Amino acid sequence: MSAHATEHGTMNIKLIVWRQPARDKPGRFETYEAKNITPHHSFLEMLDVVNEDLIKAGKDPIAFDHDCREGICGMCSAVVNGVPHGGQERTTLCQLHMRKFKDGDAIYLEPWRARAFPILRDLIVDRTALDKLIQVAGFVSCHTGGVPDGNAILVGKPEADYAMDAAACIGCGACVAACPNGAAMLFAGAKVAQLAELPQGQVEAPQRVAAMVKAMADQGFGNCSNHYECEAACPKGIEVKFIARLNREFTKALCQEKIGAISTTTAASGD
Amino acid sequence: MRLLSDSIGRKVVMAITGLLMVLFVVGHLLGNLSIFAGADGINTYAAKLQALPLLVWATRIVMGAAVLFHLVISIQITLENNQANPTAYAVDRRLRATFAGKNMIWTGLLLGGFILFHLFHFTVRSVPGLEIVQVHDALGRADVFAMVSAAFGKLVTAAVYVIAMLMLYLHLSHGIQSTFQSLGLNNSKTMPGFAKFGGVLSVIFLLGYGAIPVAIFFGLLAK
Repeated sequence: MSAHATEHGTMNIKLIVWRQPARDKPGRFETYEAKNITPHHSFLEMLDVVNEDLIKAGKDPIAFDHDCREGICGMCSAVVNGVPHGGQERTTLCQLHMRKFKDGDAIYLEPWRARAFPILRDLIVDRTALDKLIQVAGFVSCHTGGVPDGNAILVGKPEADYAMDAAACIGCGACVAACPNGAAMLFAGAKVAQLAELPQGQVEAPQRVAAMVKAMADQGFGNCSNHYECEAACPKGIEVKFIARLNREFTKALCQEKIGAISTTTAASGD
Repeated sequence: MRLLSDSIGRKVVMAITGLLMVLFVVGHLLGNLSIFAGADGINTYAAKLQALPLLVWATRIVMGAAVLFHLVISIQITLENNQANPTAYAVDRRLRATFAGKNMIWTGLLLGGFILFHLFHFTVRSVPGLEIVQVHDALGRADVFAMVSAAFGKLVTAAVYVIAMLMLYLHLSHGIQSTFQSLGLNNSKTMPGFAKFGGVLSVIFLLGYGAIPVAIFFGLLAK
């Protein structure tokens, strides 16, 4: 915090924001002044202040995604000075506060950029591609009927913890936005690892990984080249060990299929 | 599931072919270091190696295939990745990616070019302007020491080899640790160890291989 932005002081920030009216329209950067921002403003509240001024001036407000504003829903998504969610460790954009900036700072604001995430408007992108991955491969098939006993299938504490760490993904897509290759391996790896670790998910593990890898290609995601930018940008601390697990599950399934032990072509569909 | 077209299948192929080439780099370095034992050292090594044509040719075939797969897949993947992420951010800031990691395709292509040059230089001995006449030592063996000494006496040749070894260092400082991740052998505990292992090994390659042209160029290598 600079001397200008003391506990009660305010600061002015220069925003250079990507404005794009619609999906297939060309976009460009425009510069705005965020005035009277306190250090207590969250990043999204700062945008609210800017938008209020824009609306009062009869201009189009900056469109951005948000929902819970408490760091758990995975809706907020903007790249701040080249880093998804702004680069504060394990922090979503909504939980980033203006005390991290100084009076007079210039901030570049851009949407997630990846082929799989078409820009809908300004900072809002279409993340349906991630939902597709879950539809195709992010589930466990189960029979309907009576509720099974909670402890009928025992899960060890280490396995439960591992699966929980993977399940912490909020699906915000920062990993894809951070990836130089526009790949979704961290997202996919976390889901594959989470389900493959648990007894309920192990049955379909080979089919799941095969379907997941195919779906990633179908959705236009790139390939992983182990830069680990995804892990660094992830607001939930999802680790690239889950990508290693994804690779391991793939190799295992491929070997099983090649020796004829299983088939991955009859993967259950998500319908 | 397909090894040669699925994203992770190709990743596995990249890792395995890369690993094979690293093993070759280790063996080649151990052999080359015999030059520090003088002319008798490397000439003996060369003669013994040439007496094992089965090993030599098996290695050539396996390495040739490994290079080819590694090269074709890397170009494919780079093109695909550029398409998957077509627009750069206005601010280019990376949190973790390294210079070495980001330039794998370029260091790799340069190394590919270097391997061709190196083969034509010392094995086929037909690089225009750098032709080498095979001489024999007193024992009638191919005089590798004389050949290498003559070659690295020239600044340009020594510099080309040193630069190529810098490329090798960059390529492997990302590549070796990457192999473990790609093969799924990595986890959070092993990651720093693999990174260190890859770093140390690539420095050893740089120093080991680089020492040969440098030592010869500066006349530090006694016959």
